[in-house]
Amino acid sequence: MSPALISLHGVSKTFDSGTQAIAALDLNVRAGEFLSLVGPSGCGKSTALRIIADLIAPTAGSVTWPSGKPEIGFVFQEPTLMPWRNALDNARLPLELRGISRRDAELRSKAALERVGLAEFEKAYPRELSGGMKMRVSIARAIAAHPKLLLMDEPFAALDELTRQSLNDDLLKLAREDGITVIFVTHSVYESAYLSDRVVVMTPRPGRVTADIALSPPPTRDGAWRLTSAFTDAAGKISAALGHAMAA
Amino acid sequence: MRNGLTYIFPVALGVAVLGVWEWAVAHYQVPRFVLPAPSAIAQSFVDDRVQLAAATWTTFRIVIEAFVLALVTGVALAILFAQSRIVELALYPYAVILQVTPVIAIAPLIVIWVGYEHIDKALLILAWIVAFFPILANTTLGLRSADRNLIDLFKLYGASRWQILWKLQLPGALPYLLGAMKISGGLALIGAVVAEFAAGTGTATGLGWTITEAGNRLHIETMFAALAILSVLGVAIFFLLSALEWALLHRWHESAISQQE
Repeated sequence: MSPALISLHGVSKTFDSGTQAIAALDLNVRAGEFLSLVGPSGCGKSTALRIIADLIAPTAGSVTWPSGKPEIGFVFQEPTLMPWRNALDNARLPLELRGISRRDAELRSKAALERVGLAEFEKAYPRELSGGMKMRVSIARAIAAHPKLLLMDEPFAALDELTRQSLNDDLLKLAREDGITVIFVTHSVYESAYLSDRVVVMTPRPGRVTADIALSPPPTRDGAWRLTSAFTDAAGKISAALGHAMAA
Repeated sequence: MRNGLTYIFPVALGVAVLGVWEWAVAHYQVPRFVLPAPSAIAQSFVDDRVQLAAATWTTFRIVIEAFVLALVTGVALAILFAQSRIVELALYPYAVILQVTPVIAIAPLIVIWVGYEHIDKALLILAWIVAFFPILANTTLGLRSADRNLIDLFKLYGASRWQILWKLQLPGALPYLLGAMKISGGLALIGAVVAEFAAGTGTATGLGWTITEAGNRLHIETMFAALAILSVLGVAIFFLLSALEWALLHRWHESAISQQE
């Protein structure tokens, strides 16, 4: 069993408006794990990610990093690119902000674009790219900084099914090759069943953990795996837990 | 083909109107102090060329100075507003008051304060007051419109406020600023001319004064000549700023897409 990378203890968040987004969330994430957070809309999944990224402070509870805080990457639901920068300059942003020399930053972001299959498009501006390609630039930007933890907030929700499946496969490959821990927020049962080593199901607002399902997917997956009974069993378990959470 | 027609039709219409105008003035024997013929206006361009050129240069200089001043102060104040809510809350009402008070009503006061011997400075201040607000208002809006998620991303990678301003907010505000510049360029011209009207004759030497003075002496063709120069100046300013907008935005901004595709 790998050591915990991050531990959330009794984390809750109430916004100034009085809305309680999450209540007493306990969560341990192990290094190298691919964890999906699944739950109905507005159950505080995004809020949890933002607390982990230290973009907002929890109202109560604590976030601890037993082995030190790693480099974190964040991928949003929208590609969130700067329209006035081409793909390469967008991917270069984290390295630029970290003060890495332009030369090194360009080499690393070029390599990152190549790994997401966009080597030919480094000079293209966001408006010249399709939705799926923009999301690939967004992923290249995240991995260019060599994160140990990748936080993803429903990144593929707006894409068509084929694009989503190919991005799922590419994401798994990247995470495995770089040993990246991923916390992946989604409301798709099938997507979470396909990607995850572990699925945590949350209740409607205020969100708390209602089910913690360990899966044992094969290390390499493809379309055929979607047809196995292991996959449908996993999807069934997640779906049942989600139904239970909604009814609660 | 379409491009050719966009020039041919307006030019043909203009020529036709001038022709009818010339004919009508001669045929109905319209007095030249009511409506001079286009040929008489053209003659005025030749006869009054020294005076018109000097007046154009004076007005042009004031417009450019006022516009540059409006650009610098408008953007600087917008940056200050975007950095500090308190500064914005304190100053914004006064910027609005400056904007809504008719420039023609403030003009006599400014002229007295600055002094008739520095009438150029008074005109500059008045033109600046008119041109300044669109730059301030639009740039402030642009700086505030930065994508929240991008700001979070910048913070995640430890960006300073300066980096967020320079690399995210300012480039994002550029389309807003360029739109405001097109409005302000025209307003600076209007402000400069109106200020001259208000300052009174005999003190200033720009196109506004030329029009008032020629009107007083019933030199209507000189008034038309000065008006034509003002129109050309206004159109030139608009086209220059549109060209600048295109040069800076056409690679990435949505506003440029419909024209290209």
